[in-house]
Amino acid sequence: MNPISRRLMFLGPLGLLAVGGGAGALLLHRMADGSFDPRGVPSVLIDKPAPKFSLAPQAGHPGFDGAALVTAGTPVLINFFASWCLPCIAEAPQLLALQKRGLQIWGVAYKDREESTARFLAQHGNPFSRIARDAEGNAALEFGVYGVPETYLIDKTGIVRWRWVGALSDNVIARALDPLLAKYA
Amino acid sequence: MIRLLVLWLTLTASAFAVSNPAELLPDPAQEYRARALGQRLRCLVCQNNSVEESEADFARDLRRVIRERVKAGEDDAQVITWMTARYGDFVRLSPAFSAQTVLLWASPFLALLAGGAAVVLARRRQMPPPVPLTDVEREAVRKLSGS
Amino acid sequence: MIPELGHFALALAVALALAQSLCALLGAARADARWMASGAALAYGHTIAVGSAFAALIWSAVTDDFSVQNVVENSHSLKPLLYKITGVWGNHEGSIVLWCLMLALCGAAVAGFGRSLPSILRARVIGILGLNAAGFLLFTLLTSNPLLRVWPTPLDGRDMNPLLQDPGLAFHPPLLYAGYVGFAVPFAFAVAALIEGCVDAAWGRWVRPWALASWSLLTGGIALGSWWAYYELGWGGYWFWDPVENASLLPWLTGTALLHSAIVVEKREALKTWTVLLAIATFSLSLSGTFLVRSGILNSVHSFASDPTRGIFILVLLLAVIGGSLILFAWRAPALGSTGLFAPVSREGALVLNNIFICSIAVVVFTGTLYPLFAELVFGAKLSVGAPFFNATVLPLAAPVLLAMVVGQILPWKRAALGPALLRLWWAALIAAAVGLSVALGLRALLPALGFAGAAWLIFGSFGEIIERIRLFRIPLATSCARLKGLPLAVWAATIAHAGMGITVAGIVGMSLAREKIVAISPGEAVTLAAYDWRLDGLRDGAGSNFRERIADISVWRDGALVVRLTPARRSFTTQRMETTETSIHTTGFADLYSVLGEERDGKAILRLHYNFLAPWIWIGALIMSLGGFLSVADRRLRVGAPARRPAQSVPAA
Repeated sequence: MNPISRRLMFLGPLGLLAVGGGAGALLLHRMADGSFDPRGVPSVLIDKPAPKFSLAPQAGHPGFDGAALVTAGTPVLINFFASWCLPCIAEAPQLLALQKRGLQIWGVAYKDREESTARFLAQHGNPFSRIARDAEGNAALEFGVYGVPETYLIDKTGIVRWRWVGALSDNVIARALDPLLAKYA
Repeated sequence: MIRLLVLWLTLTASAFAVSNPAELLPDPAQEYRARALGQRLRCLVCQNNSVEESEADFARDLRRVIRERVKAGEDDAQVITWMTARYGDFVRLSPAFSAQTVLLWASPFLALLAGGAAVVLARRRQMPPPVPLTDVEREAVRKLSGS
Repeated sequence: MIPELGHFALALAVALALAQSLCALLGAARADARWMASGAALAYGHTIAVGSAFAALIWSAVTDDFSVQNVVENSHSLKPLLYKITGVWGNHEGSIVLWCLMLALCGAAVAGFGRSLPSILRARVIGILGLNAAGFLLFTLLTSNPLLRVWPTPLDGRDMNPLLQDPGLAFHPPLLYAGYVGFAVPFAFAVAALIEGCVDAAWGRWVRPWALASWSLLTGGIALGSWWAYYELGWGGYWFWDPVENASLLPWLTGTALLHSAIVVEKREALKTWTVLLAIATFSLSLSGTFLVRSGILNSVHSFASDPTRGIFILVLLLAVIGGSLILFAWRAPALGSTGLFAPVSREGALVLNNIFICSIAVVVFTGTLYPLFAELVFGAKLSVGAPFFNATVLPLAAPVLLAMVVGQILPWKRAALGPALLRLWWAALIAAAVGLSVALGLRALLPALGFAGAAWLIFGSFGEIIERIRLFRIPLATSCARLKGLPLAVWAATIAHAGMGITVAGIVGMSLAREKIVAISPGEAVTLAAYDWRLDGLRDGAGSNFRERIADISVWRDGALVVRLTPARRSFTTQRMETTETSIHTTGFADLYSVLGEERDGKAILRLHYNFLAPWIWIGALIMSLGGFLSVADRRLRVGAPARRPAQSVPAA
C-alpha cells in the first residue's frame, strides 16, 4: 500500500464520526421541528382505500360501515374515542369546532359500554354525525389503531389521506389537517 | 434446518406479560408457535416490549389475533403479513431482508471481511521477502548449530 | 443555603478542571515539573468540588428541600430514605453530576496511583481527563443543573418512578458509570501516547490496569442491570436488546477487545495503532451511548425527558472529544511504527482473532441499534431492529470466540502449532463431550446439548493454561504444587474470568430450558411445575410508606416437603398512580423459582410461575468475570520489573 492510501485509512474513523455527527445534528433538528418522532408509527393506510368493516350503531345515532365511507361523497374525519380515555376529553372542543366548520365527523366508540358512551357525549358534547360501536376493537385492528384517540381523514372517494395519533390540538389542525382539507375538499 | 433456526432464535430466554390463562391456546405446539410469533412483533404502545411481553391493551389484542390465526391454521408468514399490512414494517422486530435492510443483514459478514482484510494487508506490509543468507552468515549458522 | 453552596462548588469545579487541564498540559509541553505537579493537585481540588456539589444535592434530597427543582421532580416526603439518596442519580441531572464525580475521581486516581508513571505522561493523562471533565461540568451547569431553585415552593414532590424505587438503583448506575467513565483513563493514555508519538511495551503495561478496572466495573454494572430487569420488570427475561442495554454492551465489547490487544502491545509491541484506536473507540462509545439515550433520539425503556438543546450540547461535546482525538489519531498514528511480525497460529494470532470477532459483534450491535435512524434518514422508512435480529446475528459470531478462547489461552507466544495444543486439551474435550452427550440423551434436544458442551469446554478448558504451566502429571506432583504457588496472579485472573464466561454461557443455555405456567387459581388450590407443587395459600393487603399492595402467599413443595414461601405482590403507588409487579424469587443455586402475581378475577388470582433453570449462573458468572479482572489489576500493582522505557528509570506498573 502506498503511503497516501495508508494516510487515508487513518482518516477513516474521522470520516465515520463526521457522517455520524451530521446525521445526529439533522435528526435533532428534525426532532425539534416535529418532523421526526422516534416513537411515531406512520399509518400504512395512507393513500390506500379505507378498510372494510361493519359495526353496530350507537343507540339513538345513525351508524356506518366501511362502504358508507365511499358513498358519503364528502371528506370524512373518523375519530376513534372512548369514554375512559382522558385525551379524548381534551380534544372534544377541537372536534366540536371542526363540526361547526361543516366537516363530517364520524365516531367509533372503541371498547366502550353503550351507556358510558352516551354519558360521555352528554357531558362533553357530540361532534359526531354518525357513531358506530366497536366493542371488540375489530375495526380498530383493521385500521391499525394502537391507542385512542386516533383520527383519520378519508377523502370523498374513500381513500385514507391522514392519520393522527393522540389528541387533536389547534396547532395540529392548522398545520396538518387544514391544508389536506383544502386539497381534498 | 428451519426448526433449528427457530430454536436458535428463541435461545435467549423467553419473557411474558402477566396475562390471562384463558388467552392461551390449549394445544401446546400451537401455543409455542403463537408465543414465538408474538416475540417477533413489536408492541406499538410499549415500544420496547414485544407483543408477548407487553401489558398494554393493544398487545393483548394482538396476542388474541395471533392465537386466532394460528388456531385457524395460518402459517407464520401469513400472520406476519397480516400484521405488516396494518402496522407497517415497524411492527417486525426482525426486519425483512430487502434493499433497505441489506446493509443491516450483511453487517456481520462485512465486519468479518473487513477484519480479515485488515489482517491480510497488515501482514503483507510487514513481510518483506526473506533475503537469502550470505556465505558468511551460512558459515556462522553452521558453527552455531554445532554441525 | 446548601443548594447554593453546591451550585457554587459546581461552578468552581469547572474552573478547577480547566486549570487542571491547562497546568498539566502546558507543564508537560514545557517539561516544567512545578506546573505538572500543580495539575495533579488541582485534580484533587476538582474532585473535592464536584464531591461537594454532589453531597449538597444528596443533602437537599434527604432533607426534602422542595425548593430545589430536581428534588420536586424526583422525590416525595414519604419516599423511604434509601430511595431519597439513590433517587439523586435516578434522573438525568443527578446522574450527570455522578458522571462528573466519577470523571473527577479518575483524574484524582491517576494523580494518586500513577506516581510511578513518567511525569510527563502522567501530566498529559491528567490534563486530558481535566479537559473532558470541564466539558461535562459545563454541560451540567448550562443545560442540566440539578441545584436550581423553584418558586413558589410546592408542598411536596412528584415522587420517583416506582420501578426505580428498588435497592438495584443503589448499585447498578454507580457501577455502570464507573465503568463507562473509567474508560476515560485508557482514552487519555491513548491521546497522550499520540501526542508523544510513542507507544511501547511499557505503555501497554500502564494502560492495562486502568482498562481492566473499568472493564470489571462495567461487567459488574451490566450484570446488575440485567439482574435488576429480571426481578423488577417481572417478564422473566434478563436481556432485551434495548438501545440502552446495547449502549452499555458496546463499550464492554470494545473494552474486552482492548484488554486483549493491550496484552499484545505489552508482550510483543505489536497492534499498537489498533490498541490506541480501541482505547479511543471504547470511550467514544461510552459517550455516544449517553448522547443517544439522553437526547431521546433512540426509543428506549430508560426514557429521560428529551430536550433538543441538551441533545445539541452533548453532540457538540461529543464531536469535540471524539473528533479531537481522531484528528490526532489520523495525524500521529502513522508515525507509531509498524507492528511486529507474527505467525497466525500463536498466542498473539489468537488474540487478533479474538479482536476481529469481538469487534465484529460490536459492529453488528452498533449497526442494529442505529439502523432504524439510518433507514429513517436514507430511505424515509420506519423499521425496528430488535431481539430476534440480535439473537440471530450475535450468537453465531460469539460461538467461535467462546470455543477458540480456550485454545488461544494455551498457545505459546510467537509461533505455535494448533494440533499439539488441541491434543493437550483432550481432557476438557472429553468432559465437554460427556456433558453434551448426557444432555442430548436426557433431553433429546440438540441445541441445549451443544450449548452445555460448549459451556463445559469453556469452564474446564480455562484451567488448561494453569495445568500446562504446572505440568500436572508430567512432573512429580510436589513440584507441580510448588509451581502452582509461584504462578503469577494474572494467570489465575485470566482463568477465572474465562471460566466465569463459561458459567454465564451455561446460565444462558439453561435459561433456554426455562419453563413457565400461567394459571388462574383460588386460594387453597395448587399447580405443578417442574417437579414442584406451587400452592396459593391466600391473598392479603399490605402497605408501605408510599404504596399499597396486594400480596399472594404461595408455598412451594417438593415431594411433600416445604421448599419455600413466595410472596409476589402488585403495588400501586399513590403519587405516581402507577402499578408495579413485585416478583418473588427463590434461588436454589441451580434454578430460580420465580413467581409473579397478576390480576384477580372472580376470586381467582392469575399467577405466572417460572422455573428458570441455571438462571442465577448468568450473573454469578458475570461477577466471577469481574472478579477475575480485579485480580489481574492486583497482580500488576505488585509485580516488579516492568519493561523500563528509559534505561535510567525503573518503572513498576501502575
